[in-house]
Amino acid sequence: MTVELLDIRKSFGGVHALRGVSFRAEAGEVTALVGENGAGKSTLLKILSGALTADAGDVRLEGRPVSLHTPTVAQRAGIAIIHQELSLLPDLSIAENMYLTRLPMRGPLVDWGRLRADSRRLLARQELRLDPSTRVARLSLARQQLVEIARAIAQDARILAMDEPTAPLADEEVQTLFRLIRQLRGRGVTLIFVSHRLDEVFEIADRITVLRDGQVVRTLARSEASPELVVQMMVGRTIQEQFPKVAQVPGDLVLEVRNLYTKELLRGVSLTVRRGEIVGLAGLVGAGRTELARAIFGADRIERGTLLLDGKPYRPRHPGDAVRLGIGYVPEDRKRSGLLLNFRLFSNHTLASLKKFARGGRLVQRLEVRAFQRWMQELSIHARSAHQQAASLSGGNQQKVVLSKWLELSPRLLILDEPTRGVDVGAKVELYEIMNRLAASGTAILMISSDLPEVLGVSDRLVVMHEGRVTGEFERAQATKERVMAAAIA
Amino acid sequence: MAAPRSDTGAEEKVVRGLRGVLGAELARQVWRAAPQYGLLIGFVVLCAILSAASPYFLTTQNLLNVALQAAVVAIMGFGLTFVILTRGIDLSVGSVLALSGAVMATVTAGRGPLIGILIGLLAATLLGTVNGLFVTAAKVAPFIATLAMLAIARGLTYVYTQGAPVGVHATAFTFWGQGTIATVPVPVMVMLVIFILSLSILTQTRFGRYVYAIGSNPEVSRLSGIPINRYVVAVYAISGLLAGVGGLILTGRLASADPNSATGSELDVIAAVVIGGTSLFGGRGGVFGTLVGALIISVVANGLVLLNVNPFWTQAVKGAIILMAVLADSIKRKSWYE
Repeated sequence: MTVELLDIRKSFGGVHALRGVSFRAEAGEVTALVGENGAGKSTLLKILSGALTADAGDVRLEGRPVSLHTPTVAQRAGIAIIHQELSLLPDLSIAENMYLTRLPMRGPLVDWGRLRADSRRLLARQELRLDPSTRVARLSLARQQLVEIARAIAQDARILAMDEPTAPLADEEVQTLFRLIRQLRGRGVTLIFVSHRLDEVFEIADRITVLRDGQVVRTLARSEASPELVVQMMVGRTIQEQFPKVAQVPGDLVLEVRNLYTKELLRGVSLTVRRGEIVGLAGLVGAGRTELARAIFGADRIERGTLLLDGKPYRPRHPGDAVRLGIGYVPEDRKRSGLLLNFRLFSNHTLASLKKFARGGRLVQRLEVRAFQRWMQELSIHARSAHQQAASLSGGNQQKVVLSKWLELSPRLLILDEPTRGVDVGAKVELYEIMNRLAASGTAILMISSDLPEVLGVSDRLVVMHEGRVTGEFERAQATKERVMAAAIA
Repeated sequence: MAAPRSDTGAEEKVVRGLRGVLGAELARQVWRAAPQYGLLIGFVVLCAILSAASPYFLTTQNLLNVALQAAVVAIMGFGLTFVILTRGIDLSVGSVLALSGAVMATVTAGRGPLIGILIGLLAATLLGTVNGLFVTAAKVAPFIATLAMLAIARGLTYVYTQGAPVGVHATAFTFWGQGTIATVPVPVMVMLVIFILSLSILTQTRFGRYVYAIGSNPEVSRLSGIPINRYVVAVYAISGLLAGVGGLILTGRLASADPNSATGSELDVIAAVVIGGTSLFGGRGGVFGTLVGALIISVVANGLVLLNVNPFWTQAVKGAIILMAVLADSIKRKSWYE
């Protein structure tokens, strides 16, 4: 089913999110929607899903105007959106999730036999080897996403829009997703694919629409596009270097981890980070990288092993211990664990260093605001004011606020967990530059990243993990994509 | 473009309407502040109606009486506001009040009012601390932990008093319930002092900031190095202590500690906090709302008496007021189930 959006306009308060966007996606094609954060992609998807109504403009399906004023109407029209936050019910089975709104009934009772048969048939048709009676909570995030797509198909979706579906996935999981997407394309489903990862866009998309500042810059066929051209259209300027790397001469050991075990996952991890060094931690999702970060930060219990911080024994029982000793941690999921979304920017900024802003037991707001404003400038955080709510910022700017919270403490060790996930190209480069500056001033940085080109481009040294163990360690000069991948799946 | 936090159709319509009159930024400010002002406006309208309906309502004597009636609920409400701001709840305040009142009265009989009051307040703080330890160290849901304490503390009160009221006659004790300072009843004074203290703690100190942070997102707070458990225990201890202050006032007023006193009062206290606009999801609200909430409850009860309404109506009217207050706030907010 062809979907067309014609001259769509939408503003929030005084902010124009979409200024006359026209966009078209054909049946049996994958149309990629790319643009920096704040370009209007999410707003466009929300209008398509009926979650928001446009101020002006038309939506047409097969040339016929439709009014998508509620999510239910959009769903009935055959439109399904896969959001970044999945919407499955974790305590129900795959089959129940797929047919929740129209369970097969026998009289007043659910016909479990038919439900199982129907869902098994549908999963098999999409070449998904999943047992429909499995509880969703037991599936990996990647599998849950596949189930979510299967559910959309079970509900006869003819138009499927996916918002950053590959963000939480490892390379091989992305390939499984792409197999499914190609198969749906072959069956004539209209696919809309939103992503920040351009290599994936070029792998899967037939057509690429670039958005910037609420307007369509251009729609290109894949054959006439190149990554350089797309990036240039996205940011409106040429980005010189994707990974501006300043080589550092590493100093003394800041962190030394020897033979670290945790109850859940880590099986004897050893690793070092030096002053002024950026150590990249690569591996597949579930390799234990986040668990290692949390153990070092005192957020998860350490079972045994030795940690040394600046040569002194270190055993955090609580993140407070780590913070006191000058360790900062930017977690993977900034909305859930990094930011207080309903707090103002300056109070997010001072949360970890609040003691500094008290005079005789009273917090001096003026000092807090001034401290934040300094970092706001230093990190070029784009915000109207220090009093704005954190929820109102775009992803890249939110990430910078989480970072600024730790920089206020001048940490000796900074742990960054997927710091550029969901961050647009321009802001990514800015974050890399900030990391370089911090390293130059002597901060030790441990960066987890599932983005292979990024971790290769940014790190002085690379440590690769697999199933709770370190399976490879490479100096920058020796690290290649092939070697790292080999270690990650070893 | 990230959509604003609460982009309900209703909000957009109202803001768009206001924008025509006021300009964009001001319209947003007014809309943001509306719930707090709405509460005050409601309170003022309520008072205006009552003063029109009864000549007696606006007399100093009656207003002081209203404040006196509100004092105990407000004081316990300030403590509960701390707890609710951290996403918790304390159902045990009424029972803790009764037990601490009984302890105060008994110890005062033997060792004088000063020691008696101190031991009573200490006992109340201790019970609150136990609540906090169950919630943090033992990971019991606040609703369950404090529901158990509601029963335990009341039971202990009966055991301790053998079910009979304990009289107190020391004037240094009854002063806290019956005394006046320049015609203002002491309980009202105590209420105002604790209000100002709570307000300063919540808005001006690290402790207060952490209370809001923990309620907004415990995980973020923990990962920012805040020792969450310590603060959560403290918050329940405060709630216990202020229930003890309620016990002092109530016992002083009646010159006797009744083991049945304040039975069911936790509902009034929760109502005051909720009417005051503090979110049960934590992280939003404050003691100013609680003060107004307690006054509203008291004014309504007072008004029904002045207007000669059958007292059996009181409960139903109170419930209706809770719903109205929450409705005014929920236009802005998502439903409980979203």
